[in-house]
Amino acid sequence: MLAKRIIPCLDVKDGRTVKGVNFVQLRDAGSALSLASFYSSQGADELVFLDITATVENRKTMVSLVRDVARNISIPFTVGGGIRTEEDVERMLSSGADKISINSSAIREHSLIDRLASRFGSQCVVLALDAKSNPAFPSGYEAVIDGGRTPSGLDALEWAREAALRGAGEILLTSMDKDGTKDGFAVDLTRIISSNIDIPVIASGGAGKMEDFRTVFEDGMADAALAASVFHFHEIDIPELKDYLRQSGIPVR
Amino acid sequence: MIAVIKYNAGNVLSVMNALGRLGYESVLTDDERVIRNADKVIFPGVGEASSAMAYLNEHGLSSVIKSLEQPFLGICLGMQLMCASSEEGNTECLGIFPDRVQQFPKGRGWKIPHMGWNTINKLSDSIFRDNREGDYLYFVHSFYVPLSEYTSSVCEYDGLEFSASLKKGNFHCLQFHPEKSGDAGEKMLRCFLEGV
Repeated sequence: MLAKRIIPCLDVKDGRTVKGVNFVQLRDAGSALSLASFYSSQGADELVFLDITATVENRKTMVSLVRDVARNISIPFTVGGGIRTEEDVERMLSSGADKISINSSAIREHSLIDRLASRFGSQCVVLALDAKSNPAFPSGYEAVIDGGRTPSGLDALEWAREAALRGAGEILLTSMDKDGTKDGFAVDLTRIISSNIDIPVIASGGAGKMEDFRTVFEDGMADAALAASVFHFHEIDIPELKDYLRQSGIPVR
Repeated sequence: MIAVIKYNAGNVLSVMNALGRLGYESVLTDDERVIRNADKVIFPGVGEASSAMAYLNEHGLSSVIKSLEQPFLGICLGMQLMCASSEEGNTECLGIFPDRVQQFPKGRGWKIPHMGWNTINKLSDSIFRDNREGDYLYFVHSFYVPLSEYTSSVCEYDGLEFSASLKKGNFHCLQFHPEKSGDAGEKMLRCFLEGV
């Protein structure tokens, strides 16, 4: 049976992890490669690296990180942040990334999804969709960009449907209402998107305890769940989380 | 020497990285002589069937691949191309296996591509010697090979059983990605490389 995936997300700036990761097991917790290896050995199913580097010059360090991760880690990983052109995608995939995620750039230019899917294949094109509750929209949610500051004017579900039709292979759905709250995933939002499109949906934003993962898989119909700080700060241990989910009857690796 | 067949398909680097982790050097090549003289040949692939076949035919690699006698490992698209034909682009393929590659039916409410970790069962290839029934492997595909007499392991997706792998003589083919499947994938790669 296809397993539900658990995906730690690493924010990377200038090749180093940020968000105050606190790992006593690791000699260098700021090393994205060490942290990625640790999560892989813990049973993470995939990894996401989000490049929050501000300058184009420093983005080069991301390419060398991607190369190191690809050499050392035997699970799939996605790279997102600052990917705007086919050349950016080509650079990441040829360095060893399995998938790339695009967000604002796809909202600004919808046909970017078509071009990437036809050139590189849908399997490596992840649409990152940041959604915010807004009753003025038919689904009740609007797609937003720039970290939630800018409304896109697009209904979140309509945008997800369009992205799937244009060739996105997967949707990384982040609730801007829940992100950072540790209050649980946005179950309603996740179910609305996941049950209405036929590509996999990764739920993100709001993970605080193990039950939250169970709920977003069972009630939110998520195919995968992503979290950052609960893993980085040891609030949730991946082997323990998987045991819990397994006992709850949710298929996990 | 291990030859990795070079053609216009993705994920070649992932395969070579995995071989490197296991301590094996490999050569990426489309040179017929190098491929024929290799101890083992790996045929990776993520991509689209008709353009991949067009490339292989143009570069004279189709007849080379079909006539290889050394241990051969096809991965993902590299397995599908070893079948007789594919619904993807209605493509005639290499024909080592008699099967026709089919598209997962749409509109059943399931997610396509079949993406993520799924279990394999009914293992019957020697390269699975160190694996167990029910091991999880990483899959990403929208087309599948039905069960046949050459099926060497079975995967099930939402009620549909299909070939997770095929085996015929020296041809070992895997629908999933052993190079991206953690320890479970490394075990079978090692068995293949060590010549089990």
